[in-house]
Amino acid sequence: MNVATSQSEVTGPATPVGSGSHQAKIVVEDFIAFFGAQAVLRNIHLSIYPRQRLAIIGPAGSGKTTLLRSLNRLNDLDDDFRHTGRILLDGGDIYDSSTDVAALRRRVGTVYAVPTPLPWAIYDNIAYGPRLAGVRDRRRLDELVESGLRSAFLWDEVKDRLGEAATNLSGGQQQRLCLARVLALEPEVLLLDEPCSGLDPISTAKIEDALAELKSRYCVVLVTNNTKQAARASDRTAFFLMGELVEVGLTTQVFTNPADGRTGDYITGHFG
Amino acid sequence: MKREKIISVVLAMVAMSGIAGLALITAYIFKEGLPIIVRVGLKDFLLSGDWHPLEGKFGIFSWIVGSLAVTLGAMIIGGLLGLSCAVVLTQFCPRRLVVVLKPAIELLAGIPSVVYGFMGVMILVPWIRQHLGGPGLSVLAAAVVLGIMVLPTVTSISMDALRAVPRSYRDGSIALGATGWQTTHMVILKAAKSGIMASLILGMGRAIGETMAVIMVAGNTLDLPHGILDPVRTLTSNIALEMSYASGDHRKALFATGVVLFVIIMILNSIALAVSSKRARKAGVR
Repeated sequence: MNVATSQSEVTGPATPVGSGSHQAKIVVEDFIAFFGAQAVLRNIHLSIYPRQRLAIIGPAGSGKTTLLRSLNRLNDLDDDFRHTGRILLDGGDIYDSSTDVAALRRRVGTVYAVPTPLPWAIYDNIAYGPRLAGVRDRRRLDELVESGLRSAFLWDEVKDRLGEAATNLSGGQQQRLCLARVLALEPEVLLLDEPCSGLDPISTAKIEDALAELKSRYCVVLVTNNTKQAARASDRTAFFLMGELVEVGLTTQVFTNPADGRTGDYITGHFG
Repeated sequence: MKREKIISVVLAMVAMSGIAGLALITAYIFKEGLPIIVRVGLKDFLLSGDWHPLEGKFGIFSWIVGSLAVTLGAMIIGGLLGLSCAVVLTQFCPRRLVVVLKPAIELLAGIPSVVYGFMGVMILVPWIRQHLGGPGLSVLAAAVVLGIMVLPTVTSISMDALRAVPRSYRDGSIALGATGWQTTHMVILKAAKSGIMASLILGMGRAIGETMAVIMVAGNTLDLPHGILDPVRTLTSNIALEMSYASGDHRKALFATGVVLFVIIMILNSIALAVSSKRARKAGVR
């Protein structure tokens, strides 16, 4: 797998940082995605490492979200979606016909751009995933709910009203609830699709703080339209443009000394 | 300006005459039917099975039981089928197939009821007689025919309710590792509950009011049915069967039967309206 990553990744000086992270968690190999006849991602090669936050930036329509949704096969829900190439999670192709898609989505969790609370109590929202996974023990569920909420920095705000409807929470709280809900599944990879796009700065800061803490345990992929957020809240950054991966590298490097002129133009706001 | 005025007045009159027609019918049915109910006594009228118009005995209990039995059966068959269709078409079917299947199911609503009845008499009734016993003309035959007839109502209104469930519920559930079916029964069906209830109740209204197909397959006996293979007479078929020769009190008793039907259907529609407006209120708050 290392062979694949070293030769195929679009090179900037993209050596992974951190100890023990040479083994990639996710490897995207020559991935092409279509909606209908239109190719929205072209020949993507990308490695994502454990215990790192990868930010994916790029203008609207660049394929960021499509890539993210491909990583746990959420695109399968769209009748028009087709793909070629492979995506390996710990070496196994997730598009293999033998993959248990529900189990895959528990290992690779998603937080959407818009909060998606279910119309139930806060507790039931968070316990839903573990219950589906077969956790029946009430005490274990309580633990998962609490630890999820704590990791999402929401516990203190809701601990006394876990029985209240999740839909009554504010937008920022709902988004952290969705984060807590994913964390209660104890996933291996966390996918965030512009998780702060509709949030005020304080809620945004809380989510970024949560991500910084989560980094020690998870592999995080963050799609964002906000380049400042990418600079603040990621270790590596990938820049997408019109379905192509233009460059990927250490965030500091991409932001201070991008290898490709288009990256620099985007970051400094010349287009997009 | 003057022309505008005239047009709006004319339109208002047309609209009012429709409503006036409804009001007249209602008033007439009650005027004709109520006195005999009062004379016989509400309790005797509803709860006595003694229907001998020539001797002045008017008890419609058997017809009420018949209507309820047939309707219940129809709702079990049609409700189950219709709801399943709605779930499959909204949750599991590729869009291209839905475009063909939904109009096909709605087409069922356009087939005249006499055709359903004819199919029932020619195919279903002999089949029941041969394989399950009894005369064939039975509660079961009527329930099956009516079940198919209410299917489009249940399906299309349930589909609207299921489609009104926010897409985010589905996305959120799927992303947490739920399968399509888990998402459907744990999230979507729960969220669409009140709309589905409304579809069932409206279907029930349709089943209880249907006449022609029921007359053709139900057997129309005067006796109280004791099983689903027994023949049965419903409120609607009683009116239709006897109106041609009824006169005097007998005729008034048929109007009274109409009053009972009218009240039952009003109650069902009010319940449907109440559940679906509860849903609208809830959606407004969210």
